[in-house]
This record gives sequence, structure tokens and C-alpha cells, in this order.
Amino acid sequence: MAAPAAGGAFEGIDAEKEALWGFTKPQLFAFGVMLAFIVISPFYLYPVFLMKVLCFALFACAFNLLIGYVGLLSFGHAAYFGMGGYLAGHAAKVWGATPEVSILIGGCVAGVLGWLIGMLAIRRQGIYFAMITLALAQMVYFAAVQLPFTGGEDGIQAIPRGSFLGRYSLASDFTLYWMVAGIFILGFLFIHRVINSPFGQVLKAIRENEPRAISLGYRVDDYKLMAFVISAALAGVAGGTKAIVFGIATLTDVFWTMSGEVVLMSLVGGLGTLFGPVVGAAIIITMQNYLAEFGAWVTVIQGAIFVLCVLAFRRGVVGEIGRILKVRL
Amino acid sequence: MDLFGIPAPLLFGQVLLGLINGAFYALLSLGLAVIFGMLNVINFTHGAQFMMGAFVAWMLLNYLGIGYWGALILAPIIVGFTGIILERLMISKLYKLDHLYGLLLTFGLGLIIEGLFRNEFGSSGLPYRIPVELQGSWDLGFMFMPVYRGWVVLVAVVMCLATWLIIEKTKIGSYLRAATENPALVQSFGINVPRMMTLTYGAGVALAAFAGVLAAPIYSVNPQMGANLIIIVFAVVVIGGMGSILGSVVTGFGLGIVEGLTKVFYPEASSTVIFVVMAIVLLARPAGLFGRS
Repeated sequence: MAAPAAGGAFEGIDAEKEALWGFTKPQLFAFGVMLAFIVISPFYLYPVFLMKVLCFALFACAFNLLIGYVGLLSFGHAAYFGMGGYLAGHAAKVWGATPEVSILIGGCVAGVLGWLIGMLAIRRQGIYFAMITLALAQMVYFAAVQLPFTGGEDGIQAIPRGSFLGRYSLASDFTLYWMVAGIFILGFLFIHRVINSPFGQVLKAIRENEPRAISLGYRVDDYKLMAFVISAALAGVAGGTKAIVFGIATLTDVFWTMSGEVVLMSLVGGLGTLFGPVVGAAIIITMQNYLAEFGAWVTVIQGAIFVLCVLAFRRGVVGEIGRILKVRL
Repeated sequence: MDLFGIPAPLLFGQVLLGLINGAFYALLSLGLAVIFGMLNVINFTHGAQFMMGAFVAWMLLNYLGIGYWGALILAPIIVGFTGIILERLMISKLYKLDHLYGLLLTFGLGLIIEGLFRNEFGSSGLPYRIPVELQGSWDLGFMFMPVYRGWVVLVAVVMCLATWLIIEKTKIGSYLRAATENPALVQSFGINVPRMMTLTYGAGVALAAFAGVLAAPIYSVNPQMGANLIIIVFAVVVIGGMGSILGSVVTGFGLGIVEGLTKVFYPEASSTVIFVVMAIVLLARPAGLFGRS
């Protein structure tokens, strides 16, 4: 995808200068605001709602790593999110693993799944890549319907929250919140690190001009696959965390509508921006919370937001703010 | 009579069911391929438009008393017209952008249409009767074939052939093929390419709606009927490649039969077999069976 928000016009302006840990000054400021919000908000808002936002924010960041920095639109990210949830739930409930280990298992399995699907999907580009990831994710959905350990239509229920490191009980929402917040921040910083590493620079080069990257001697397919695996694994971590938070893992999280939702979150926030997916996830989850009683209208409204964003608001919220302030966020 | 240890009526019954599914795969992937060839947009709304075709047929019958035969003509025209409006108002604004935006836009449109129908009609599904002329079944000796099912396969084959003939053998079709290759050059010859794109989208959508009317008496008419189908059709398109019209038709019918046979020999895999075939094709022939890389 031709770099909707990042790169392009903003490259080379003064704000590009790195301030700390690969963040530019405005990014560092935005990161500070985000951290402050994460620390203060549980004292004022319902922690379970905030944890849901953080899970989806990490999911959207993982998705955005592909679309924003490699230019690959995966329309099947629900597969990794959902499978991460199933595995984390299974590990916590049946194997009795501690929550952080369960989530890690969920992430690893999602990464392996991402490696398998990614290997097939990167053989085609652009629109075909989107269709292939969607179709293979649907296959994962059908597998989840039939496999015994996922519980089919019932899903995995009553997943125990357990104790962090086997020591600190997570029964209270407040305690659990800090673990989720920690996972989100680590995931966010990891993605940021990946983007700013030499590896990330090659990814951006592939996004901008794949033939040139090939002619420079980079094994483009390996880079794409690696990015795909990282993205899938982080999506699995997000899904696993969500399963621990809510105590259930169901078919909803593997279904294609979930893949559509994560695309929508990134689109609303701003594709290819660092903070866009976080803002987008917060907006969409908040919206779903308030509109839950309207039933099928939620689908209509989400569709309308899709249409509106694509036609008139392609930079997304964060992208627009960045454009107005002439900084890259 | 047994074939491969399977009772023949069961085997042929599933092959027939497979052929019918294949008919819908073929009609829908054909529409997708025609639209993609001209507009460079993957029409994610295609499933919703298929569903609209079935609902318009239902509405024509229940609100206006227009039966199946009228609906077979009217529903594609009505739904095709809504497609033309969508193309003019929205899709046409995206031609200069990355193709992925077209996918995202049509995905959003599909969500809107599906949600609206679900609000109006619920998700339980509405019955649509098989027309009197096509009720009953033929005794083929080795199995009974419901007349309507034979009719669906026959009409789908005729429609596919007609589309192929229009594109390959008529003057309009030659403009279409030329504009697919090089729109700027065709426009410089004085042909209104933007209007051709609009009409192509309308025609592709009408084809989806036509399939929807055909499907109405077989599947119950419900708002989700298109959404799950369209993902399988995407897999069909990846397998066949969008380069050739006949290719997508053959792939559609072929995969329908493969799916039917899987239901006989290994039912657990019947919902995933098409995706497995897609994975194998991607490994062996990434451009698709009939695709140009």
C-alpha cells in the first residue's frame, strides 16, 4: 500500500531527529501522554473495559506492523488472535499454567500458525494476499468449530485468571489491569523497536519499492515472512490476554468479522502511524460499548465508518493530527 | 449398485449438490473477475449483492405478487442499478488510489447492506417456494434428480457461456478487453471508458443478484447467505486466477464437485477442502491454475 500516512511527505523534516529510544520528540511526548493515561485511567474508568481496549490496541498495533510498515493487508488476523486465545485458555484451564505462561504459549502457537499461513500468503501480492489470508483464516475458523479442545460452539469457558508468576493473585480486576498494561506496553515497545531496527528499515524499503529492495540483494520473502510471524505472534499474545481477562475463548474471536474489526481500528486511528492503532482501538471499543444495545446497527455503523474513512479520512485520527502539527506520530 | 464402496445414489446425490454449489461459485467468481478486470477492484460487496438478489425476489413476490420468472429478470436489474449508483458515488473515487482501498470500501458497503437487511428481516431466514413449473423430480434410473436443481446447473452454465460469448465475441466485449489492457488508449479512440466501467460494475453486480434469485428456493433467504459464500469464492478466485473467464467457470464447477465428493468420502473436511486446495495450488502454481503471473 502506498504509505497512506507514514513516510513520504514527512521524511527529512527536523522533527525526524531521534530524541530517545528511537522516538522523535513528538512521539516521545505522545508516548508520555499514553503512559500517563494508562496509569491514571483505572482510577476513574472500569478496569475490565480498559483491559479490553488494551488487548485490542495491542492486536491493532500487531496488524498495523504489516499494513503500515510492510504494506501487506492481512484480512485474516482473527485467526491468530482467536487461536492465541484458545491456546492461552487451554493452557490456563487444562494444563494449569500460570497466566503469563499461558499467554506466552498462545503467542507462540499463533506465531507458528502465522509462519504456516504467511509462507503461503507471501507467494502473492496486493489484493491476492488479502484474499488468501482471509480464506486461510476462514479455514482456521472451521478447524476451531471442529477441533475438540476449542469446545466448538461453546468455546472454552471459565478460564481461571490464576496468579501472576504463581505468586500474585489476579482475582481482582485492578491487579489484573497492571499485568495487562505491562503486556501492552512491552508489546508496543517491541513493535516500535522492530520498526526502528535495521530489519524495520528493510521492511519499509520493501513497502516503498519491492523490486528495488530485491535488486539490492535483500531476500524480500524472508523479511516479509518474519514480519508476518512477529505480527501473528503479537496478535496471539493479545488474544491470549483477552482470554485470561474475560475467562472465555469463543468462535467470535476467530471469525472473519474480527479480522474486519482490527482493520477498521487501524484505519480509524491511522494506518502506518505508531499511535494510530491504539487510538483507533479505543474509539471502536468505546463505540461498541455504547452501541451494544442497538444490535445489528453496530454492523451498519461500523460499515459506515469504513466507507467514510476510505472516502474522506484516509489518514485516520492520528494521521490527521500529525498532518496538522506537521509531525510524525 | 455401489461405486468405491459408496451407494451410487448417495455418491451422485452429493456430486449433484456439489455441482449446484459449483454453479454459484462459478457465477460469483465470474462476476468478481469481470469487475476486477475492468475496475481493478475486488468487489467485497459481491456476497451482499448476491443476498440482495434473493431478498429482492422475495420482496417482489410478497409485496408485489411478482413470481419467480419475473424476479429472475427484475431482481438483477434492480440490484444492478443500485450497484451503478454505488460505483458512481463512491467506488469511482478510488480508481487512482491503491487497490486495497477498493477492497476496504466494498467491505464496508457489504457490512452496511448486511446490517440493514438483518435489522429489517432478522437473521432466521425466509422461505421462497420453488416455482410450480420446476417442482418434482426426474427419475434418472440411478437416482432421483429434483427438477429445480437440474435447472440451476443448466441456467448457470448458459449464463457463464453467454458472459464468455459477450466478452470474447462481440464488439462491446472487444472494447471491454481493450480497456482492460489499456484504458487511456481506448479512451483516446473516443470511447467513454468511465461509463463502460460503471456499466461493467452494474453487470457484474446483476450477475451476483441473478445467482441470488437462483439460490432463493434452495437456501433459505437470509442476510448472512452471501457473507460466508464470498470467502469461499475468494478462494476459488485465487485457485483459478482471474485472468481467464472460462478458467473461473471451470474452477468454480470443479471445486463444487470436489467439495461434494469430500462430503461422501471424508465429511469432516468438507468445509475446509477448498482452502486446502488453495494452499496446494499456491505451493505448486502461485499464479493460479489459469492465471497469468
